Amino acid sequence: MTVIFDGIASGMLLFLISVGLSVTLGLMNFVNLAHGAFAMFGGFVAVTLLNRAGIPFLAALPLAAIGTALLGVLFERTLYRRLYAATHLDQVLFSIGLVFMSIAGAHYLFGPQQQPLTLPGFLQGQINLPGLDMGVYRLFLIVLGLAIAFGLQKMVSGTRFGAQLRASVDNPRTARGMGINVDRIFTLTFALGTGLAGLGGALGVEMLGLDPGFPVKYIVYFLIVVAVGGSGNITGSLIAALILGVFDVAGKYYVPQAGAFVIYAVMVAMLIFRPQGLFGRKAAR
Amino acid sequence: MNKSMIDLTPLTRATRWHPAELAFWLLPVAGYFLLQDNLVLLTQIAITALFCLSLDLILGFAGIVSLGHTAFFGIGAYAAGLMAAHGHGDPLLGLLVAGICAGIAGFISSLLVLRGADLTRLMVTLGVAMMLYELANKLTPITGGVDGLQGMEIQPLFGSFAFDMFGKTAYWYAVGVLFVMFVIARRLVHSPFGLSLKGIRQNVGRMPAIGAPVNARLAAVYTLGALYAGIAGALLAQTTQFVALDVLSFNRSAELLLILVLGGSGCLYGALIGTIVFMTAHHFLSDMNPEYWQFWLGLLLVLIVLFARDGVMGGVRRLGALGKGGAKA
Amino acid sequence: MTQTRRLSGLFVALAAAGMAFSALAADPLKIGFVLPMSGPFAAYGKQIEHGARLYLKEHNDTIAGRKVEILVKDDTGVAPEISKRAAQELLVKDKVDILAGFGLTPSAFAVAPLATEAKKPMVVMNAATSAVTTKSNFIIRTSHTLPQVTAPIASWAAKNKIKKVFTLVADYGPGHDSEAQFKKTFTAAGGEIVGEVRTPVKNPDFAPFLQKIKDVKPDAVFLFVPPGEQTIAFMKGFAERDLAKAGIRIIATGDLTDEDLLDAVGDNALGITTSFHYADAHKSPENQAYTDAYAKAYPKDRPNFMSVGGYDGMQLIAKTLEKTKGDASGEKFIEAAKGMSWNSPRGPVSIDPVTRDIVQTIYIRKVTRVGSKLQNVEFDQVPAFKDPGKQ
Repeated sequence: MTVIFDGIASGMLLFLISVGLSVTLGLMNFVNLAHGAFAMFGGFVAVTLLNRAGIPFLAALPLAAIGTALLGVLFERTLYRRLYAATHLDQVLFSIGLVFMSIAGAHYLFGPQQQPLTLPGFLQGQINLPGLDMGVYRLFLIVLGLAIAFGLQKMVSGTRFGAQLRASVDNPRTARGMGINVDRIFTLTFALGTGLAGLGGALGVEMLGLDPGFPVKYIVYFLIVVAVGGSGNITGSLIAALILGVFDVAGKYYVPQAGAFVIYAVMVAMLIFRPQGLFGRKAAR
Repeated sequence: MNKSMIDLTPLTRATRWHPAELAFWLLPVAGYFLLQDNLVLLTQIAITALFCLSLDLILGFAGIVSLGHTAFFGIGAYAAGLMAAHGHGDPLLGLLVAGICAGIAGFISSLLVLRGADLTRLMVTLGVAMMLYELANKLTPITGGVDGLQGMEIQPLFGSFAFDMFGKTAYWYAVGVLFVMFVIARRLVHSPFGLSLKGIRQNVGRMPAIGAPVNARLAAVYTLGALYAGIAGALLAQTTQFVALDVLSFNRSAELLLILVLGGSGCLYGALIGTIVFMTAHHFLSDMNPEYWQFWLGLLLVLIVLFARDGVMGGVRRLGALGKGGAKA
Repeated sequence: MTQTRRLSGLFVALAAAGMAFSALAADPLKIGFVLPMSGPFAAYGKQIEHGARLYLKEHNDTIAGRKVEILVKDDTGVAPEISKRAAQELLVKDKVDILAGFGLTPSAFAVAPLATEAKKPMVVMNAATSAVTTKSNFIIRTSHTLPQVTAPIASWAAKNKIKKVFTLVADYGPGHDSEAQFKKTFTAAGGEIVGEVRTPVKNPDFAPFLQKIKDVKPDAVFLFVPPGEQTIAFMKGFAERDLAKAGIRIIATGDLTDEDLLDAVGDNALGITTSFHYADAHKSPENQAYTDAYAKAYPKDRPNFMSVGGYDGMQLIAKTLEKTKGDASGEKFIEAAKGMSWNSPRGPVSIDPVTRDIVQTIYIRKVTRVGSKLQNVEFDQVPAFKDPGKQ
């Protein structure tokens, strides 16, 4: 039981750090490999607020998300929007350029070492039930992850904004003709994506650490989740992350010799059976 | 026999060597005399250029996106490395074996890669490369794992030119192999086979209608790309006389894709020029600022995307178009 | 071809002759560093450079009457071809007299043949795989070897009522080496290995392994993972699961509680027992002077073992050159350096004349809070300990 719980928590962490990418790549169709850089920014905001300004962890999380979202807006207005029409490969080149800059920038500002983060007491420790040991922070991640997944899914499929967003992505010209302010929608969505990245980064510090190499170190995981889940599908990302998490943890527990292979093998297998991702839409444009 | 009916002049003209190309290939000769102190850098540029060329074959000409091309590079490097470590240090034999090994691996994995769209291909290639990386790490007794493969002894080229620290042999060896492989690739691209690839990239749906077997063609070019990558890997292993796990790393795949996009894919010279630009920039920036060079390199990439879309070759082409009203580079 | 070959040969001979002259004429001594200054191992490069520069600063950039010039090249971490390129350029273009640095083993392995070919001393300041010094007769190491810092914790554990140990090492070369050394020493001393696991090198979550440890209930876990986020993740998970309260201790080599990392691990590191050759809390006049000078020069950082590796590397170079009267030519330098001994900030050290590896005291330390800082407090030691990996 504990193994499954840990797997779910681990998957939820994957989901939380990747969901922002699912928004930018999936919904906006922009290959934003700089996702990790935004996540790192969120992590640094949280750590700095915690350690230098003494702001409590729970307050630092939304601040990290908002701070990163504001940065996202700034970048979207000045840089990203010029590249919406560019090819995917150009977007890759551009966002990798940003990643390089962010790595060197973080190295310059914070040094190459790991950043410390201490959780508040009520998030530490474990709840012990018969046959099941649950880490409090892991439980916190699971609850938060579910809430975010639920909220996002509702927003994309159930609100006016969501409908406008889907219209803007599917056909910007017609959407504009219908009186939708496409630019504004894109900016807001990008802010949402980067904000989620920042939140994920801040949440991830506890388990993934935080140093200037962050954007590159975990890029593979972000991509795996989004690809397996099917781009643009929040529920898909969630389920993919959970499957990957559970397989990964269970694989390492029962067959540690093959531990490193599990996550890639699961990914390749899933993609071979469902090339569009678990819940992928047939054509992303 | 039908030549008289279809005007093939544009095609034959494209296969002829342009003076600019000849000038380009004088560069390595000039480089040798002008940059005697940087021969290792030049050698590694030539090797990376070959590697980049291999990706260009599959991405630029066949439209298969790959984030795991190091798989074949690494297989080639380890094949050549292991041969040299076990007493078969003849460089050319090493190249041959490495190419064949990588080609076989390419053929097998082409079966996986041909399914799905861009993102899926990206991730499947990446997954395959990552699994190979872990495998090489697991096989530490054979590959040396993270510490690297030790005991490689490369025999002198043609039995007379030893690989020494001044790197002259290595340089001519790498440039020579690059040139030969380039000429082959160039012929191939302009052959009916190459043209059918172009057709596939432009319109997959229509190719079967004119009788081109899409999947077979793609598998063939993927295998060929893998073979090229394997030879590049072997070159690196032989000239460095060392192989470590990083030949299979994700970073190398990503960097390679970057270089190709930077140079401009779909054009053989794009691969070469991208490599020259990227590696020279990397080298000088990291010499000037060993800690933070990545910042400047990143800035360079961002600026290139913003102001010279389609890579360096795209920029060159546009400049050319401005000057001559639409001449093709 | 042959013409240029002969010409360049002549040129090299001239250059060599010129260098011999210049040594006498007290030309600047050039030391070329190949270090990871960017990328995931940038912290290594930073610390080693700090240590080396600190020594020079204390000696007005002068060694044995010669001005010293340092050239630093970035090799980005594990990229042997870049290390080799950097070293080759340092030798051929910049004409350095001594190669130094080397954060990671593959870089040292890749460059070793160049040192042999160029007959230049190569001072390894970190790379810790035992075999590094066997790859060239011109290599001297001033850091440590993995077996050297692993064996003492195994014998200490066996002597101190730790009977059953679970080993958890990362699944890569250094992990395998430390696992093998630990097992060998620990079982020879009567201990029992009750479980062993090798974890993937890129492993963001230790939950499954910690669960396994909890199920087995050993007296202690011997831990070896790449220092960095993995250490942090392990210790946090360890604390989260209350393994310490279940009576399980962590024993490890000291790079896991290295000063650069300790603050990031936080209180979860308390009580971990490690064996290592340097702690910035080491009590000696030499170390006091060293840490004071370091704090003054680099107020943002804490000195760690890598910085001392760099510092001692320079100290070795200085002492050797004093002995050879400024002559840095390979054979003479290495001969003079063999058997050299001095008082380092880490305690008395010497160079083993047979293996050219460092012989030093290995301390057993425990992570303790001293004032506001976490420190590795030494409480036991094995003096003049040689690398057991080469016996």
